[in-house]
Amino acid sequence: MNDFIYLDNAATTKTAPEVVEAMLPYFTINYGNPSSIYSLGSTAQKAVMESREYIASTIGAKSNEIYFTGGGSESDNWALIATAEAYASRGRHIITSKIEHHAILHTCEYLEKKGYEITYIDVDENGIIKLDDLKAAIRQDTILISIMFANNEIGTIQPIKEIGQMAKAHDILFHTDAVQAYAHLPIHVDEMNIDMLSASGHKFQGPKGIGFLYIRTGIKIRSFLHGGQQERGRRAGTENVPGIVGIGKAARLAFSHMEEREKKEKELRDYLIKKIEGEIPYCKLNGDKEKRLSNNVNYSFQFIEGESLLIMLDRKGICGSSGSACTSGSLDPSHVLLAIGLPHEMAHGSLRLTVNWENTLEEMDRAVEAIKGIVERLRNMSPLYEDYINKNK
Amino acid sequence: MYSEKVMEHFENPRNVGEIENASGVGTVGNAKCGDIMRIYLDIDDNGMIQDCKFKTFGCGAAVATSSMATELVKGKSIQDAMKVTNKAVMEALDGLPPVKVHCSLLAEEAIHAALWDYAEKHGIKIEGLEKPKSDIHEGEEEKEEY
Repeated sequence: MNDFIYLDNAATTKTAPEVVEAMLPYFTINYGNPSSIYSLGSTAQKAVMESREYIASTIGAKSNEIYFTGGGSESDNWALIATAEAYASRGRHIITSKIEHHAILHTCEYLEKKGYEITYIDVDENGIIKLDDLKAAIRQDTILISIMFANNEIGTIQPIKEIGQMAKAHDILFHTDAVQAYAHLPIHVDEMNIDMLSASGHKFQGPKGIGFLYIRTGIKIRSFLHGGQQERGRRAGTENVPGIVGIGKAARLAFSHMEEREKKEKELRDYLIKKIEGEIPYCKLNGDKEKRLSNNVNYSFQFIEGESLLIMLDRKGICGSSGSACTSGSLDPSHVLLAIGLPHEMAHGSLRLTVNWENTLEEMDRAVEAIKGIVERLRNMSPLYEDYINKNK
Repeated sequence: MYSEKVMEHFENPRNVGEIENASGVGTVGNAKCGDIMRIYLDIDDNGMIQDCKFKTFGCGAAVATSSMATELVKGKSIQDAMKVTNKAVMEALDGLPPVKVHCSLLAEEAIHAALWDYAEKHGIKIEGLEKPKSDIHEGEEEKEEY
């Protein structure tokens, strides 16, 4: 038995041992630069090519449409900034949602300062994009729609195909941040009309510091990093060969057991939800019940604050996360939880648990037992709970 | 991120609870910012704080500063309790991370609010005590430039 229970797989995952094993030779044996002419270089180049080809095949893309990056945030930054620059003559309006990751939202704020207009569309109380609002937001000068595939906090899966159709019908580029979805859900860029897609290796048991951006052929976005011919001249810098090998291996593993894994994770997720619902009063499941990532559980516990809960859980060896302001370094709680209409105190009292298929039902039992005790303890300390009890005496 | 002392007070907070028919009760903070503190004081006829209890909704630092603040004012005269500043609370906890300094301000404010309530109930004036602000975080929400 592990001495801790890891339930924060949306933050990062354990690198699969097979992935580490596949990477190791590219540090000490096949360490050549892929751009070099000798065979040591071409061995590395071949490994990069194989990884690129495999990843392309998983989303129905061509290998020259996959650009390796330093991770999801870089991919998101690149997609937005480069599109905005390249298509500025056509328009300066971008549509996104209120529940995107900060890699998108902060990049949008940056673009606003550069003179672009951004429309942030609302979501419903379950965190699903309102398609009518999206349609209404489209203008003559809209150049890009960027909507995440699945939300990192509440796990809600968006109607990507419908959004893709809408974008295509209006001749607008469509980017999706698929960091939480890639290698977890089936994705096909043609069937879903996706023009650009961001993904990150460490969300599916690959290494950290490696991700990719899919860019459909014909999209004229320019170089993001200048200084070399790597990644078709669009992203300079010697390739992170071990990382690229690692993300390729992780993708192979993830796609080989996707169905089985999702089934097991759903079982764990639904067990956890049922158990929390049954044992802890005054709580609310955040996000959609059905259109939800198989690994995501997000609850708000009334009258308590999330950081306190996390620290106490950590003391019991349980790793989770929260949308509380105290965990973000700002005074505001999660923008996602506010966007689905939670009052501030409920947003502060949220707990996100994201499972992995290697977790066990026994671990779920232990986690719920710990949460139950801690929530009770914190409520006994809470003036909000005191007021509630006094009011309902 | 927290000192051992903060963790110790967070895990074993002193003086949690309510005081029935308290001499003074003060509640500060708001749910929007994620912390609310309520302090109960039991003050005798000589103006000595006989007992002090708290209830807090908030992060680890909010709980620890509440706990430490109640410890620091317990057994003191009103005038000495007025000298318990947020700095004193922070020092007693071996410091707080910069983003948590507002929790110590909230603790100081909660004590002042409870004393204000006591003074109003008894029709007295406490030197140096001002009416508590309704929202400790006012003006703090400036956004970082980048």
